Order: sequence, then structure tokens, then C-alpha cells
Amino acid sequence: MAQITLDGIRHCYAGSPTHEDDWALKNMDMIWEDGGAYALLGSSGCGKTTLLNIISGLLTPTEGRVLFGDKNVTSLAPDARHIAQVFQFPVVYDTMTVYDNLAFPLRNRGLDTAAVDQRVREIADMIDLTSALKHRASGLTADGKQKISLGRGLVRSDVNAILFDEPLTVIDPHLKWQLRSKLKEMHQRVGATMIYVTHDQTEALTFADKVVVMHGGRVVQSGTPVELFDTPAHTFVGHFIGSPGMNVLPAAVEDGQVVTCGAIVGTSAGPAADRVDGQVTVGVRPEHVSFAETGIPVNITGVADTGRFRIVDTRHKDQLIKVLVDDDASLPSDQAHVTFLAERTHVYVDDWRQVWQGGTV
Amino acid sequence: MIQKTHNQKAWFLVLPVIVLVAFNAVIPLMTVVNYSVQETFGDNVFFWEGVKWFEQVLHSSRFHDALLRQLAFTGIILVIEIPLGVLIALQMPRKGPWVSVCLVLMALPLLIPWNVVGAMWNIFALPDIGLLGKTLNSLGIAYNFTRDPTAAWFTVVLMDVWHWTSLVVLLAYAGLSSIPDAYYQAAKIDGASRWAVFRYIQLPKMKRVLTIAVLLRFMDSFMIYTEPFVLTGGGPGNATTFLSIDLVKTALGQFDLGPAAAMSLIYFLIILLLSWLFYTVTMRNEGD
Repeated sequence: MAQITLDGIRHCYAGSPTHEDDWALKNMDMIWEDGGAYALLGSSGCGKTTLLNIISGLLTPTEGRVLFGDKNVTSLAPDARHIAQVFQFPVVYDTMTVYDNLAFPLRNRGLDTAAVDQRVREIADMIDLTSALKHRASGLTADGKQKISLGRGLVRSDVNAILFDEPLTVIDPHLKWQLRSKLKEMHQRVGATMIYVTHDQTEALTFADKVVVMHGGRVVQSGTPVELFDTPAHTFVGHFIGSPGMNVLPAAVEDGQVVTCGAIVGTSAGPAADRVDGQVTVGVRPEHVSFAETGIPVNITGVADTGRFRIVDTRHKDQLIKVLVDDDASLPSDQAHVTFLAERTHVYVDDWRQVWQGGTV
Repeated sequence: MIQKTHNQKAWFLVLPVIVLVAFNAVIPLMTVVNYSVQETFGDNVFFWEGVKWFEQVLHSSRFHDALLRQLAFTGIILVIEIPLGVLIALQMPRKGPWVSVCLVLMALPLLIPWNVVGAMWNIFALPDIGLLGKTLNSLGIAYNFTRDPTAAWFTVVLMDVWHWTSLVVLLAYAGLSSIPDAYYQAAKIDGASRWAVFRYIQLPKMKRVLTIAVLLRFMDSFMIYTEPFVLTGGGPGNATTFLSIDLVKTALGQFDLGPAAAMSLIYFLIILLLSWLFYTVTMRNEGD
């Protein structure tokens, strides 16, 4: 077991990159701590799978180094890295029994029969497949097959990390919860580092201690679920995490003050901030917007009831501002005002969160 | 109660197919059955003979020899073409510009008319001027496919391998292309050897197409006529007289229509029986 370090990793699939956008992964420095449960979250095509394959050794990065502990493993093959990987679609060896499937990685490494048998039975017990050991693997349901995939990873006692590439995609919804809590349990019992790729925020937030959000080939933020929710470092994180996503409003810096929808929401402190290059926006979550007597004047244009709370669409001129209110709270009449919770209102310049020393935002 | 609608119009719609099948399969087959139980001397005069022709054919050593030759030939080419086809398919690139080049090259032998294949190989193998024949002879290997039965067999088998291995390659390649990358990646992570990848991933995934390949190659090679007819004419002697060459000799050479018809039916039943056996056995294993 070891800490995994990515040092200046860049990857490009085709030939020689000439443009910044040719890179599937753009300059990545990261440390995955030993024994951590990570979720890698992002929309399709943002480079999650590429990153995972670089860690497991299925891909060699165009630039940069991968370290396990202090050891440089950049050019090592997957089986030499002691990595297990579970794929989106369950991979089982159809002609083998469940037992032989689980024993396969051990037999390939030349373990003797008794050791294989002991280990296989132990793992089968852990993933509830003991009764199916003698069956053909091809006859199992999707979740059973995915358990085998997982089991083939767990069965090796030397695994450094287990990587999951959207493992619950083909699993029935009612079994997803079951399998996910199984994974949590595995993590506690085995103690290996787990990296879980998904585009489903619920999956990411329930599985992981630390969530890494990727966008356009780079990591935009990594932190605990609470950090991601309260202080999104990038507007993408604001959009992607939370339901509904963060309100992102066009803004401007005027005389050291941040102004959106005609209201001052913060100060940028200092004359330097008057010369802000790039597009300024203000982000605030619907949870942190509330109706008030004074503030930004809005019209209410729609209400959606989700059961526990209501999502209210309001408009200041043409700008949509979503507001989250409790289900039993009463709504103001058409003409209303909204205010933002100051400590949860963030200023973004070119989509990245901006913190000015001494500023109020 | 559900009222069943009887709509006789449906018959009208399947009529074209029935007519087509009747004309190109049922009627010719029934004509053969007709010939196989009667004797005729022309002028459309027939005498009932019962199973006499069948008995004669089944007891004829000439038929036995042709059948043995046929079984040997089919066995040999299956043993060579199936593994060779799989081997070539495994070596073919999975992506990139070379894929189409390989596929076109592989398809070429299949596009050549069969009698042209025979003619090509005839010239290619001629001992005095053919590239193959001349080369072998100048290497000191006595080779003359028109005189030596072994040389004739060698040439016929080689020609068939050249002509038809591509079909196995294309089918096997199609089977291989359908395997998702994740299987290979998982195998890498599991530390599987090249042989284990073949044995546990590629072979099982190719099983269905290989079943089809074996069936097609079995049926086609069992009915082989054109290429050996053009290449060797069934000789030297009767060395390469396979079933259909023998059948044509009986029917058109000697004009023994009765025995030829009986032989056709026996021949047909053998192919049907063997194909059915093979298919049932492989599919039963599938179900386990």
C-alpha cells in the first residue's frame, strides 16, 4: 500500500499536440493519500477515465510521472503495479465458474492451490458469492458479475488501490444502493485506496471522503463534499454539485465594488482590483438566496415542488435567479425582493473563484 | 372470448416465396427422387426399380472410395483452415489505416470466380512453366501434379487453403472486433498471459462465428467441384475424384441417371446429417 502521486501528468491521445485543447489531460499534480476513499466526478469526456487508466497503467502518460510511494511506476505494466480496476461494464470470463474467475488473478501469479482456495473462499464470503461459486459466471445477473469484477480485484492481497470506472452504470437502481454500501464496507475492511469515477453526484458524495471534480481535462477542485458545496472553486463545481446548481450571475467590478443585478454584493478591496481582466460573475446557491423586504427586485415566474422544498424561479429583468424555500414557507406576491447570504456568495473571474485580500467576498 | 380472425389473404402474400422455393428447390429435388427409383432409356419411358439404385450405390466400391476421399479432403482442409484463419485474424491490426488494406487483401481470393481459381492454380503449378511447379522442381523436389497422386492432393489442398482461409479470417476477425476493450484491460490487470487471453477471452467470444465458419467450410468443401475439376479433372486416375466429380461422371459421363439420382440423395443426406450433428453438439455445449 502506498500513497499515489501524480507529478506533472499530461496526456494526449493523438500524435503531437499543437493546441491546448489537444490534451485530454492538462497538467495534473495530485496526491492520493493511502487508504483514502476518493470520488472522481465530472461530465462525460472530461478525462476521468484517462486519468484512471494512467494510474492503473493501462495508459502511459505523454508527460509526467506516476509515483507509488517513492517508486516511479510510470512505465510499469498494470499487473506490476498491484492495482485492481472495475470497469463500467462487468468483465467476467464467461467459460469459467465464479470460483475460477476469482482464482484467475492468483493462478496467473503462480500461487499454490491451497492458498488460492483459502483466499477465494474468504473473498467470496465477503462479497456474498459463496453459494454461487460453482456456477458458470456467464449465468449471473449484472450486479453479480460486477461483484465478480470487484472480487477479482480484492482477491489479491497486495493491491495498492482499487479503481472503479462508473461501476454501477448497468446495475438496477434498487441494487445500486446495496452495492454501493457494500463498496463502503469493503473500503473499511480492506483499507486500500479507492478511486471511484462517476458522473453521478449522489454516488460521489455518498461514497467518498474526498471528491475530486474534473472539467475539461483538469482538476478544478478537490475537497470534502461540504467544501465543494459551500465554496465551489470554479463555476463548473457550482453547477455540477447541488440540485439545482448554483446561480451564476453576470457581474462587474466598479470602484472596488462587485455589482450584480444592480446590487453591491461585495468589495474587491484595493485599487488593483479595479483592473480586473476577464469576465466577472457572481455565484450563489439557491439555498443561500432568500426573499426579503429589500434587495434585488424580482418577478416570480415559476415554482417547482420537489416534496421537501420548493424551487422558485425568479427573474430580475431577464436574469434567472433560483431560490430554494421550505415547503411550508409562504411565497411573496409577484413583486418581491431577494438577498444573498453574504458568506456564501462568491465572485468568479473567468470561472475561477476570486478571493481579494481584505475584500468582503 | 377472443374471436380469431381468419384472413386468407396472408397466403397470397407468401405465394411468391412458395413459388420461388418450389421452382428452385422442391421441384428439382422431387425430379431427382423420381429418377432415383426408376430406370429410363430415354423417350420419357420409365420403369419402376424401387430401391435397386440405392443398394447398388451403397455397395459400390467406387462410391466408397469417393466418399473416403471426400471425408479425408474435408478433414484436412478444416484442420488447416480453421486454426490458420484464427491465427491470421489474431495478427490483423485492430484499428488504423491498415485495417481496410488487410480486409481487402483477405477478401480478394473470395471474389475470384471458382473456375478461374482452378485455372490459375493449374498454370501456377505446371511443372515446366508454372511458378510453383518450376520452383519446386529446380529445388530438386520431384513435383508433377498431373502424374503423382500425392502432388495432386498437395496442390488441391493448397489451392483450397489459399481460396477459403480468408473466409475463416474474416469471420474470426468479426468475432474478435466485438470484444470490448475492457476485457483486455481487465486481463492485463489480472496478469493474464497471452495464451490465457486467447483461451479465456478471445476463443469463447469467437465460438459462435467459428461454429458458422466450420459449418460453411464443411458444407462447401464437401460439395467442392469446380476447382479440382479445372485443376486435375479428378486425376491422376481417380486420385482427386471427390463426390461431386464422381456424381457428374456418373450422371453426365455415363448417363446413368438412376444411380446418379440415388447417389445425389445419399450425398445430400450425408451433408444434412453431419451438419445437423455438428450444430447440435456445439450448441448443446453452449447451453451448459
